[in-house]
Amino acid sequence: MASTTTDIAVTPEPEVITARRPAGALLRSAARLWRTRIGLALVVLLVAVALFGPFFAPHSPTDFVGAPNTGPSDVARFGTDHIGQDVWSRFLWGGREVLGMAVAATAIGLILGGLIGLIAAYSRNVLDDILMRAMDVILAFPQIMLALVAIATVGPQTWLIILTVGLTTMPRVARVARGAAQPIVERDFVAAAEALGVPRFRILVGEVMPNTLSPLLVEMNLRLTYSIGLIAGLAFLGFAPNQNGADWGFMIQENRLALVSQPWGVVLPVVAIALLTIGTGLVGDGIARAAVGIDRSRGDE
Amino acid sequence: MRLGGIAGFVVRRLLLGVLVLFLVSLVVFAATQALPGDPARSILGRTATPASLKALREQLGLGGSVFSQYVDWITGLLHGDAGNSLAAQEPVSDLLGDKVVNSAFLVFCAGIISIPISIAIGSYAALKRDRTFDVTSSLTTLVFAALPEFVVGISLVVIFATTVFTGFLPAITIIPPGGRPWDDMEAMILPTATLVLAVTPYVVRIMRASMIEVLESDYVEMARLKGLPERTVIVRHALPNALGPTFQVIAINLAYLAGGVIVVEYVFNYAGIGGALRDAVSTQDLPVVQALAMLIAAVYVVLNLMADIATILVTPRLRTRL
Repeated sequence: MASTTTDIAVTPEPEVITARRPAGALLRSAARLWRTRIGLALVVLLVAVALFGPFFAPHSPTDFVGAPNTGPSDVARFGTDHIGQDVWSRFLWGGREVLGMAVAATAIGLILGGLIGLIAAYSRNVLDDILMRAMDVILAFPQIMLALVAIATVGPQTWLIILTVGLTTMPRVARVARGAAQPIVERDFVAAAEALGVPRFRILVGEVMPNTLSPLLVEMNLRLTYSIGLIAGLAFLGFAPNQNGADWGFMIQENRLALVSQPWGVVLPVVAIALLTIGTGLVGDGIARAAVGIDRSRGDE
Repeated sequence: MRLGGIAGFVVRRLLLGVLVLFLVSLVVFAATQALPGDPARSILGRTATPASLKALREQLGLGGSVFSQYVDWITGLLHGDAGNSLAAQEPVSDLLGDKVVNSAFLVFCAGIISIPISIAIGSYAALKRDRTFDVTSSLTTLVFAALPEFVVGISLVVIFATTVFTGFLPAITIIPPGGRPWDDMEAMILPTATLVLAVTPYVVRIMRASMIEVLESDYVEMARLKGLPERTVIVRHALPNALGPTFQVIAINLAYLAGGVIVVEYVFNYAGIGGALRDAVSTQDLPVVQALAMLIAAVYVVLNLMADIATILVTPRLRTRL
């Protein structure tokens, strides 16, 4: 859920998890935690449903297979939806849009936010203040508000939703990246690279960034979790790019009025979104715990 | 003149809040300017008559420069005049008055329930660190923190209203015209529960972390060594100090509720500003969208300000440093 708020509460203190270790070691130790494994299993399952589901769908997502809102039958395993389309087929088709948009938005937020945070930390001058205050202004909005304001003017376009979710994810990532990079830019190897005349951008990407990967990995999972919730939530509010396209969030919106007589059209996508977000949440928590563990065992505290 | 002490701090934070709101107003205003081509035509569509286009342009305040449009809009807003709704043809303030009260009541209910519960769970989990209660509560908070709030809301409706326990609780909240949400408290249960489940995990986590830190501090050990009963140590010495960082998170979460109500109100057809915003977005009713965006941003800024001030007041160490 819950974008805006929550950053302080959930995001582990960046300085605590600045593991000066390659990301591979971190992921290996995270994979030893059972919560990471369960989370990963859920994510793999739901991603598989989203990617390969359409190949197993018995009907086209827009074919009419019966009367509206009928219960499960031989033709329609989980009954029909609000206009008589097959709920099971639409469910199997409906994950691609949510997942694809959430991954794209998270990638935009992660890349832009990571760059801004690193540049702010490395600049060590007024640019740092300007960048971070600009981030604060975006943070003064609940994430969903900004998306809604944008949709109100342009309409629920795919690129617009990806862009606004990505841009509102950006300041949250930037804070974490800056926090993680601040102790790094003071270290000797950065000064050494500067003395050797290595271009500053190459120092940033080659020396500073690799050392901030583990907090950024944790943040990536957290942001992916929220982006999925936010994009599915916008579709649930009726703002999906394709009206009558198969989309888990939009399915809930379409079929919720028939919840009493035909719950499957709502229950299937709700369960899918729930398991997916719980999965990414568990993986993120596992990585965060592993990162803290690495620091502890190295006596960095 | 340089103001010192708490008053100076409050003034500085207030000015910062005003600055943020000013920048937010620029963003909100810019969003309406981003309409491709002629806003009036893109709202009314290709078949609009010249007369209705002209009327809408006037209503949107589209005469004059961008700067004068912004000044008109912002001065109107400051005087409580947010213009007319395009869909309802009524002043926005008339349209939203009751809904602001309804939403505030929903947020109030969620806050008054979730804050004490989450403080209690968080402190108890810290006391029982790594034991069954702590592990269970940490996993539960993890799951609920990950779930989108509309998923929680709809699951509650399926379980308690429509499918599992049919008719146990009302699935939607109907507030009759002129009625107040507190007239029918039964209908408040599910929307409130959804928001409580959405917010509690974050406060529990910060409370637990803060309490663990305090329990390991020297002054708590000192209090124990003095031979004070464990109860007194926790209630008198540990708890008040652990609350400091928690205040900030509570206020941030209340501020979050201002945004979270958008989806939750829609789930329960609750007549509040969240539902109104959703409807305004789908009908491209820009004056209503602008007014609500500014209102929610203002609530957000004010709550964050209160959080900072409260944190200063409960943390003597910070107070002397001002």
